[in-house]
Amino acid sequence: MTFDRSQRRRVWSLLAKGLTGLAVVAVLIPLIAVIGEAVVLGGSVLSWSFLTSNPPLPCSPRPGVTCPTGGIAPAIEGTLILLGLASLWSVPLGIGAAIFASEYSDRFRAARIVGLTADVMSGVPSIVVGVFVYSVLVLYAPSIVFSTLSGSLALSVIMLPIVTRTTETALRTVPRSVREAALALGIARWKTSLRVVLVTALPGVVTGILLAIARAAGEAAPLLLTDGGSFRGFVGLDQQVAAMPILIFTFADSPYQNWIRVAWGAALVLILLVLALSVLSRLTLERLSRRMRGM
Amino acid sequence: MVWGNRLFAGITGLTAAGVVGVLVALVAVLAYTARSTLERFGLRFLFTTVWEPAPLNVYGIVPFVVGTLTTSLLALLISIPVSIGAAIFITQHAPPWLRLPVGQLIELLAAIPSIVFGFWGLIVLVPLMRYHIEPALGRYLGWTGLFSGTPIGLDVLTASLVLSVMTIPTITAITRDSIAAVPTSQKEAAIGLGATEWEVTRRAVLPYARGGIVAAVGLGLGRALGETMAVTLVIGNRNQIPDSLFSQGQTIASLIANQFAEASGPLELSALVEAGLVLLLITLAINLGARAFLARSKVPRAGDDA
Repeated sequence: MTFDRSQRRRVWSLLAKGLTGLAVVAVLIPLIAVIGEAVVLGGSVLSWSFLTSNPPLPCSPRPGVTCPTGGIAPAIEGTLILLGLASLWSVPLGIGAAIFASEYSDRFRAARIVGLTADVMSGVPSIVVGVFVYSVLVLYAPSIVFSTLSGSLALSVIMLPIVTRTTETALRTVPRSVREAALALGIARWKTSLRVVLVTALPGVVTGILLAIARAAGEAAPLLLTDGGSFRGFVGLDQQVAAMPILIFTFADSPYQNWIRVAWGAALVLILLVLALSVLSRLTLERLSRRMRGM
Repeated sequence: MVWGNRLFAGITGLTAAGVVGVLVALVAVLAYTARSTLERFGLRFLFTTVWEPAPLNVYGIVPFVVGTLTTSLLALLISIPVSIGAAIFITQHAPPWLRLPVGQLIELLAAIPSIVFGFWGLIVLVPLMRYHIEPALGRYLGWTGLFSGTPIGLDVLTASLVLSVMTIPTITAITRDSIAAVPTSQKEAAIGLGATEWEVTRRAVLPYARGGIVAAVGLGLGRALGETMAVTLVIGNRNQIPDSLFSQGQTIASLIANQFAEASGPLELSALVEAGLVLLLITLAINLGARAFLARSKVPRAGDDA
């Protein structure tokens, strides 16, 4: 069978359509497999007591022995404390830098470096961030190299560029006319930036913070070198604390069946946390764009 | 209230300097902490093929650079065609009601922590590779030399596969955005000339979105090079230059994750920090390049929308 030129072109077009469709399937299969595995295996251990009890002792089933499942309460506590502290360090710094970058870029050319810095910094491998915080503390505060404080500093370096970038973008979506209106009313420039521009862009700022927390929540590599591996809950800023990503890493790579079960449960809890934060950030972003459309 | 303005500019200026300072400090502190190996080995660090902890104390980064580049490039080899294909389907062929949900699904998947991908790789993919896929590859393609040796599943090939799954959401999302930014007039002109759907994509859309696609690949590469936990769990962690895709290896990131806590002494610690510095400089260069492409690809867009 032979095709003429126009038939050949149409066949090519159909073929391309089919292949790109297959590509979508190829993208979704492994990704759905990952989530499916976590939902099925993690779902089988998830319960209220899983969220509120301590991790079990290592155990593999033998005849006459049933292994306890226990839970991940200290790791949930630790992750929440680490994320809270990391937000405390990175959010004010990031928002301040973003205000400078968006409100003063006309007067100070140097302000434009901030956006570029944030972009570049968000590409720094998270393990390198761990090495960095470790190195700084070895130099200046050797007694807290492995501590909650140290871990929170590492996570804050991960969060900083995301908070800065998203806030700057949000501030720039506020129309110039809003600033001019405020200034024309005789409101001081700094009050305009803080009480008018920042408040108008607030949903965008919240989006950035949520995205940054979502990203930091799943990071194990920087914690490995700063907070270290502990299974305890919070006992002090200068002491180590458990964290969900580290618990998954340690338990997943162990030969104990009950630890692997717990790791799946923790993976599911972590996925749900991150997805909830992502969905929430999308909702706040939509709120920002609705607000801007009215202007 | 001039002082109020000055104070506010001063404070926000300081925070801005703080953010830039963190990036500068990253490079400076790593270089300072790695000073003993920088002085002792100099450039030899980059060309030495062994990593021998104390008492021998010889450190070279070659095996890990090879491991890092092999896994990342192989991962991209798999993820680039798949991601670009998927992005083309989502923007050009998918019915409108399907576009948004599929796009959002892929973006949400980009948010899944890498440790979860590594865990899945270890528990699901490693046995699959070990008992089914790798023996078959060895039987039919062993003659190429790429698939020789005993397949145990914990190897360079499995690490590359896990990395490809992880880079796909990044590359797909950015490619989709840059294709979506191609002006409709560009497509309409091609349709008006009688182009088929594929010809519109091939000749009118893709060339226009090229800068964005290159940037997408660059950012995906940056993610793959620095990925730590997922790789550490499945690559087998042996300090050697891999001689086939079935051999155990180590990337710079997995080396640091594995050795840091059990370093044999201050010199190995310094060598590990220097390895981190090398990784940082590589990823900074690639990210800067990708960002430059992304920024440049926006220029014609701004003019064309008018």
